[in-house]
This record gives sequence, C-alpha cells and structure tokens, in this order.
Amino acid sequence: MSTPESAGDPAAQISLEQVRHVAELARLAMSDEELESCRGELASILRHIATIDAVDVDGVEPLAHAIDMSNRLSDDEPAESLSIDDVLANAPALEDRFIAVPKVLDPGADE
Amino acid sequence: MTGSLRTISDRVRDGSSSAVAELDRCLERIARDDGPIGSFQCTGADAARERAEAVDRRIAAGEDMGPLAGVPIAIKDNIVSRGEPTTCGSRMLEDFHSPYDATVITKLIEAGAVPFGKTRCDEFAMGSGTEYCAFGPVHNPWDLDRVPGGSSGGSAAAVAAELCPASLGSDTGGSIRQPASLCGVVGIKPTYGRVSRYGLVSFGPSLDQIGPFARSVEDAALVLQAIAGEDIHDSTTIDSPAEDFTTSLHEPIEGLRIGLPSEYLDAHNDDAVNAMVHAAVETYRGLGAEIVDVTLPLTDVGIATYYVIGPAEASSNLARFDGIRYGRRVEPAAGEGLFELYARSRGEGFGPEVRRRIMLGTYVLSAGYYDAYYKRALQVRRLIRREFEDVFRRCDVLLGPTTPAPAFRIGSISDPLAMYLCDRYTVNANIAGICGISIPAGCTEVDGKPLPLGLQLQAPALGESTLLRAARMYEAATNHHEARPGSNA
Repeated sequence: MSTPESAGDPAAQISLEQVRHVAELARLAMSDEELESCRGELASILRHIATIDAVDVDGVEPLAHAIDMSNRLSDDEPAESLSIDDVLANAPALEDRFIAVPKVLDPGADE
Repeated sequence: MTGSLRTISDRVRDGSSSAVAELDRCLERIARDDGPIGSFQCTGADAARERAEAVDRRIAAGEDMGPLAGVPIAIKDNIVSRGEPTTCGSRMLEDFHSPYDATVITKLIEAGAVPFGKTRCDEFAMGSGTEYCAFGPVHNPWDLDRVPGGSSGGSAAAVAAELCPASLGSDTGGSIRQPASLCGVVGIKPTYGRVSRYGLVSFGPSLDQIGPFARSVEDAALVLQAIAGEDIHDSTTIDSPAEDFTTSLHEPIEGLRIGLPSEYLDAHNDDAVNAMVHAAVETYRGLGAEIVDVTLPLTDVGIATYYVIGPAEASSNLARFDGIRYGRRVEPAAGEGLFELYARSRGEGFGPEVRRRIMLGTYVLSAGYYDAYYKRALQVRRLIRREFEDVFRRCDVLLGPTTPAPAFRIGSISDPLAMYLCDRYTVNANIAGICGISIPAGCTEVDGKPLPLGLQLQAPALGESTLLRAARMYEAATNHHEARPGSNA
C-alpha cells in the first residue's frame, strides 16, 4: 500500500484484499459476499469523503475536541465502586469469580 | 391529552394526581397505541412504578419538588439504568443489564421525574430512520409507512404519539434534531459538555450529547435544566455556573439577530422545506428580529468530515464489545482461539450498518491513510468551528431547516451514502460542539397525509438560553407545536 497524496486516490481502487485486511484489523468475521458488498459501499463513501480534499487546510492545527479542555483530576478519595457480582452477571462465561476465555498461550511453547 | 410538564407536576404536587397515576396513564397509552408504532423496546413497568412510588412518598413527606415532579420520561435504549436492560438496538447487548444508573437517570430521579422504559433506536445510534434496530423498526405516528427519523426515533415517536410527555435521546450527528423534525416535536442537542455522557453507551465520544424531546420548548427546557451540569464521572462536562434556561424563556429577545446561511436554502431541499424557511424568516421579521444574510461554505463538507471522525471514534470505541466481559459471545470452534472468538462474536453481534462504520473507521485510521483522512478531517473540523465563530459575531442564532425533506418511506433508502446525507444540516453542530434545536414548523401534505417539517436554530457553545428564547418566540407566534398526528388530517 503506497501512501496516497490525498484522500481521493484510494477510494476507487479499494480492493477486496484491502477490505479483508481491514476486517481482520477490526476483528469482524464476514463472509466473502459481505466483504464484496462492503467494498462497494466503502468505495462510494470514500469517494464522497474525498470532497474534503478541496478544503485548504495548510497550516491548520487538527482539532480533536470541539471544546478546549484539558485533563481533569478528581480528588484522591476512596468512593464506592460497582458491585462485583452485578458486573460479573453480564459476563458470558464464568469460572468461579473469574471470566473464562479460550486458551491464549500455546501449551507447547517454551517458557 | 397528557398536558404540559407544569400541568402534570402541579396536579401531582397538589394531590389531585400522583406519580403512580401519571405513570399508569402512560403505560395504558403505550399498551393501547404503541403496537403499530413500535417506539418502546420495553416499558420497564416494575422499576418505573418503584420510582413513581418513591416520588409520591417524597411528596407525602413534604418535600418541595420542582416542575418535573411525577413526570414520566421515556429513555432511549442506549442510556443505562441499574438492573434494567439496555440493548442499543443490538443483538450484541440483547441480554445486557446495567450495574449502574447513567448520570441523567440519577438527575431526573433527584428532580422528581420518573424515567421509564427504553425506546427503540438505530443500532448503537447509527442511522437516520430507526430502521437499523435489530428488534424491529419504529413507525412514524403521522404516517405508519414512514420512518420517524433516527437514531432516536423511538423517543421522538413516543412523544409525538403522546405516549409520554417527554423523553431523552442522544445526538451524535443529528439523532435528536432529525427525528424531532420528522415527528413534529421539539428536540434539543445541547452544547458539547453541557450534559454528562456517563452511562450513555458511547458512539463518537467527541460528538455525543444527550438531550430532551418534548411537545413544547418550555417542556424541553425543563428537562434540559434537570439533566445539565458538571459531573465528576464525565471529565468532558463543562465546569460552568448553573444557568436557568426557563425563567426568561417567555421573554422575547429584543433586537434578535438571525443569521440565514445561503447554503441552508439549497436547491436540493424539498420545495416545502424551503418555503417553510422563508415563512419562518417572515415570522421572525414580524417579531422585530433582524435577518442577517451569512454564508457557511463548509456546510457542504460536513457529511464528509463527519464520516471520517464519527466512524474513526466508533471503530476504536466499539472495540470494547469483544465477547469477553459482557455482550454476545460466540465460542470458537476446535482449533480456533481468541481471535476467532472476537471476530465471530462481533461479526454476529453487530448489524450491517455498525459493521460498515467500524470498517470505515478502521480503514481511515489504518497505516498509510491516517493523515489523508483522519488528520485532514480534524483540520477541517477546526475550520468548521471557526466558520461558526465568525458568523456568530454577526448574529445571535442561525436559522434553517433541520432536514432537507420530510419523513421518507420505510425501506426506500438503501444506499448508505444517501442515508448519511439526511444529516446535512445537523452534523456540523456536533463537529463544532455548538447547541441546536428543532422545533415544529408546520406540515406538508404528501400522498394525502400531513408530514411535519422542522425548523432548526443553532447558537454558539453555551448559548442555550438565547437558543431557547428564540425558539419560544417562533413557537408562541405560530403554535405549530400544537399539531398532532391525526388531528389536522
């Protein structure tokens, strides 16, 4: 993937392989048909997004947040937190008081 | 008629009614009328009745309650309440029960209101018609074949059909104002940071705001008053002195300067929409307002900018739905591992529009594209904010349509981009963090049925007092807000 000069370049050329790669990054299992229809929709939306290329942004600082604010710290005082039972009640799989997940480490691998 | 909020709270406080009776009135109406509309995902009757009983006990104990005493307020299904479901219109959260109350719920309860139920919305608030709800669409009470708008379509439809006197929604790119417009009710998108987002299931955290729906500007202002304010649980709430939006609400603003951006009278708007704007201009002129012609050239790139920033934030935000701690989990097959658990849980849990936006957001943030899309969009964002700041030096509020057209037919827009363009006039307020309101502005007849049109006013950040007073001037002069579905057919 080459770095595009502007947002407009990749829109028309977005390939099925790119869409598959993005779906992997996003951790979204999709069928081939879903990936293909997603490719067409992304291309159409990206073409519209390319209209921002016409805006002169030279020397303009990016604005991540509309209201100027900085980090705020709360007082370091203990307060009541959520009930662990209530929180665990939403977990899809439990073992005792732990959330169960598939094996993450390869048992055959060295320490 | 369920009456104004002040009427309801007066009769609850003087003992001629009770919070429980007011709640029951709403529940009966929902049971009778909501079938074909589908605005409620659930009514949460048991939890609501407990809250109503608590209000009646507080009144009996002599507590001096305000204008929300005993007022039932429906809640959008992306705002959490303790022990109750919040689905966000998604299979992903079908069985989720929140362990805590959103700050807006806590504040409404403190004010004596009775938050109740969950109203249907587009999945994770992504949509403009409430068609993308995994549990079924919401129908517009004015014409059941049409959408109520979205994403807070259930909250708007419920108020329009008089199933409840007020409701809460959330607005990331127009999701309060656009359905308010299409359903003929009042909807407010407050200034970013005005209302705590704690307990709102996050979509685009730099854009999201919770706000009210009601049948009059005053009712909406009363709800806003109750939910506004700094919150220790949301560090983006604005540390500003509490302001009373309601005391001067009925006083007309002398010498009001109304900006009319030429871009808002677009040739692509429905003719009735442009005619409505012209008529509103004349109404304000008749009230002594000065009309200032302005231009907002970046209106045209709002949607493009929004569909970089919104999906980018959503793709990163919705990473929390991974099938591990809460939400839907699809266990991996033999030989598969954690990656497959994530990908299958998310692939099955999210509907097509949510997947689309996650894909778009992941793409624009991915290596090699970040500068071309995300950084550039944030630069344009600064220019959009600057453009508003410049015009607000010459006028107090901006006037225009909320939407380019009245409600469309359910299922009639299949192209995602065409759906996105419905929000042309609303997204820039979120991008710039300013406040906006949609108020009923009369109806246009389509296929023999009246469909509401909405007038949008916008004001600078923290300009709610001016915004609401200006809106009330129009409302008092026109009484369009009194039109109800079926009443003027």
